Amino acid sequence: MNRSGPLLLVVFTLLLLGIASAQFRHTSYQVPYLPGEQQTVWLIEAKMNFMADPGPAQVMLTLPPEQSHFRFISENTASSGYGLKIDEAGQQRLAHWSKRYATGEQTLYYKMEVSSDPLRVVDATPPVQAVAPKWDEPYLTAANDLLAAALPISANSLTLAQRLIQLIGNNPRDQNAALLLSQFSAPELLARLLAQAGASARPVKVLLLEDGRRRRALSDMLEVWGDDQWHLLDPASGPVSRSVQLLLWQTDAPFVLDVIGGSRSRISFSVISQTRSALELSAQKNSPEEAPVFSLYSLPIEEQSMFKLIMLLPVGALVVVFMRIVIGIKTSGTFMPVLIAMSFLQTNLMPGLTSFLLVISVGLMIRTYLSRLNLLLVARIAALVVLVIGIISVVSVVSYRLGLIGGLTITFFPMIILAWTIERMSIIWEEEGPKEVLIQGSGSLFVATLAYLLMDEPVTRHLVFNFPEIHLCILALIVLLGRYTGYRLLELYRFESMK
Amino acid sequence: MKFPGWVSPFVLHDKGILGMNRRNIDYISAYNERRYFPNVDDKLKTKLIAEKAGVSVPELLMVIRTQREAESITNRLDGLQQFVLKPAHGSGGKGILIIMSRDGEMFVKGNGDKLTLQALIRHLSNIISGLYSLGGRTDVAIMEMLVNFDPVFSDLSYEGVPDVRLIVFRGYPVMGMLRLATKASDGKANLHQGAIGVGLDLAIGESVGAVQYDRPIRIHPDSGAALEGISIPHWRTLLLLSARCYEASKLGYLGADLVLDKARGPLLLELNARPGLTIQVANESGLIPRLKKIEALDSISSDPEQRVDYSIQHFSKRGKSADLFV
Repeated sequence: MNRSGPLLLVVFTLLLLGIASAQFRHTSYQVPYLPGEQQTVWLIEAKMNFMADPGPAQVMLTLPPEQSHFRFISENTASSGYGLKIDEAGQQRLAHWSKRYATGEQTLYYKMEVSSDPLRVVDATPPVQAVAPKWDEPYLTAANDLLAAALPISANSLTLAQRLIQLIGNNPRDQNAALLLSQFSAPELLARLLAQAGASARPVKVLLLEDGRRRRALSDMLEVWGDDQWHLLDPASGPVSRSVQLLLWQTDAPFVLDVIGGSRSRISFSVISQTRSALELSAQKNSPEEAPVFSLYSLPIEEQSMFKLIMLLPVGALVVVFMRIVIGIKTSGTFMPVLIAMSFLQTNLMPGLTSFLLVISVGLMIRTYLSRLNLLLVARIAALVVLVIGIISVVSVVSYRLGLIGGLTITFFPMIILAWTIERMSIIWEEEGPKEVLIQGSGSLFVATLAYLLMDEPVTRHLVFNFPEIHLCILALIVLLGRYTGYRLLELYRFESMK
Repeated sequence: MKFPGWVSPFVLHDKGILGMNRRNIDYISAYNERRYFPNVDDKLKTKLIAEKAGVSVPELLMVIRTQREAESITNRLDGLQQFVLKPAHGSGGKGILIIMSRDGEMFVKGNGDKLTLQALIRHLSNIISGLYSLGGRTDVAIMEMLVNFDPVFSDLSYEGVPDVRLIVFRGYPVMGMLRLATKASDGKANLHQGAIGVGLDLAIGESVGAVQYDRPIRIHPDSGAALEGISIPHWRTLLLLSARCYEASKLGYLGADLVLDKARGPLLLELNARPGLTIQVANESGLIPRLKKIEALDSISSDPEQRVDYSIQHFSKRGKSADLFV
């Protein structure tokens, strides 16, 4: 038993490495575990209008910051005749359009694609130390009164904010609140009050993501700093439910849209949602420099399609190992079933099986004649290779004439494998009789079919190609099976008389 | 749940039945060093090392090494009425050709079929080109004297030579069986081709049960002879020869195939580094308790006689059977 210690360690390490690395790929690069996985993508369009005074015009649009729960996929603009510069220097990203001469009604578009990613976390930028705001009388007294009412029944900035929201939202309105609201908007007032109490808060503008919304404006909300992150609060009702998708648009910038050289500027937003293959998104999001370090997608397309096949080989090998060690099925040649299964992948199961059986049986017949010619082994195999090619071309031509395209795919079988199979089978036939040929032949085909079915499964194809580290897990399983000392399933039949 | 025709793995475990996987990992790869495999895989080598260790073998007539030698064999066959041709690297009895007599130009096979000289040369050529060897490597053909088998088994075996298979673990014979060819096995003493295995009490060499195709049988399907009450002559010599094969081959887990020659007594036919498991069915007992017993020994005796004494004392099916399952 002590010999299995290091073995289990190896198996465990391989498994852990494989799973951890796959999980890392999944979370960091959004490579989905399942092939058909769909993800929601929001298409957001900001439409800006203004009346340009004749002369130069500049338009500045605050762009949403990178934030938790969302991932930006792409952005683009449509603005005829305007020069565009994305300004990343300020507190928030800014799209800056400019035109030497503009006049009359102007329309500009900014479009972006955002995908929901509930697991994404972006570190929040902490606020600068809150500065107590300046109040004019009588607002100062009113503010102090409000705070005096809320402070004793709150524990921290967040609960204080919630108490204040309740006080302001109460009906009938508190006199102090009514007075203050006549001067300040609700989010601004709350931010000031919180700052007065030494808490950090800021008014923000958010976009509600809802499919099919058109010509909408941003909503005013409040963010309160606590526990090293910003908490979004609705100034009218308090905490915001996570079930609604809110995209932060403006946080630190002083404005959303600023137009110089024009008037009557307006911005409106339209939102639609789309579902898209998660895999496609992952490829789109990961620009070359931030793509996974080890990804088969970095290969040229031609190599990729080759690797799609190669990466399936270990799966077939695992099936063979399992069928031989745990079930106890006899196959002719250790890994011939894998090679047959690989050929099936190209030909599909039924055409593959039929053409394989056809070539092998015709080959066996001819081999019987060859054995009368008294040839040496190497020459006999070489003769068989030539004959196999002959059989294949005849089958292909005939099936093409008959309109059965499936026959053409026969060429995917490796010729040498076919020739060797015929040779081995005919020896088994001569030495051990047709029964053994049937047992080993059908065993091989059975294992090959199982391997094919598993390798053909879209999930398998997806996993082995997109998560190459899965092969560490396959390796672990093969190592584990390699030390299986229990009975084979078919031995339970073989030793039946020992009951 | 009960499945007719199947046995629960727990029952097999309780009976100490050795399975294929466990045999491969815990015995073959643990006790048989790879570098000693050629000692048994090459039958020519086996013959030479066995003779050195004092194990009698059928007399070697000639070795045919090249195609040219095969084609010019005619003269060398003069005066040879009976012989056996086998590939040095054959496995599972493949490629073995038994010539019982000559009828003019023809060679009469063990089953009465007649073979032309051409066919014989083709067979030799096949052997040399590696048709029967593992991996298809070129091989050599061994021609040895046909064993004139002791008539004690004459109505028990359908053609072919009945042989005794003994499993030898670290030099101790642990289980034995008599293998009888049948019509189904084409005169070969190969169990998976349909030969009969008769389990033998290791202490006295008397039959305890019989098996064909892994199922118990009581009479020989071809001759109708009873498979009970068979007693093997020269039993102790057989055990001794098999025990000596340990020193000769240096393999810890070994199958020794022995035959009884009318004149020369027990002879070693071949050795096997991967002996089959059906012997357990024939003996109606599992190998594991016996192997465990040997593994638990403090030291391995270097004297084959002492080892045989130990085996006779401990691995008898009758009488001391309770002792087996400690």
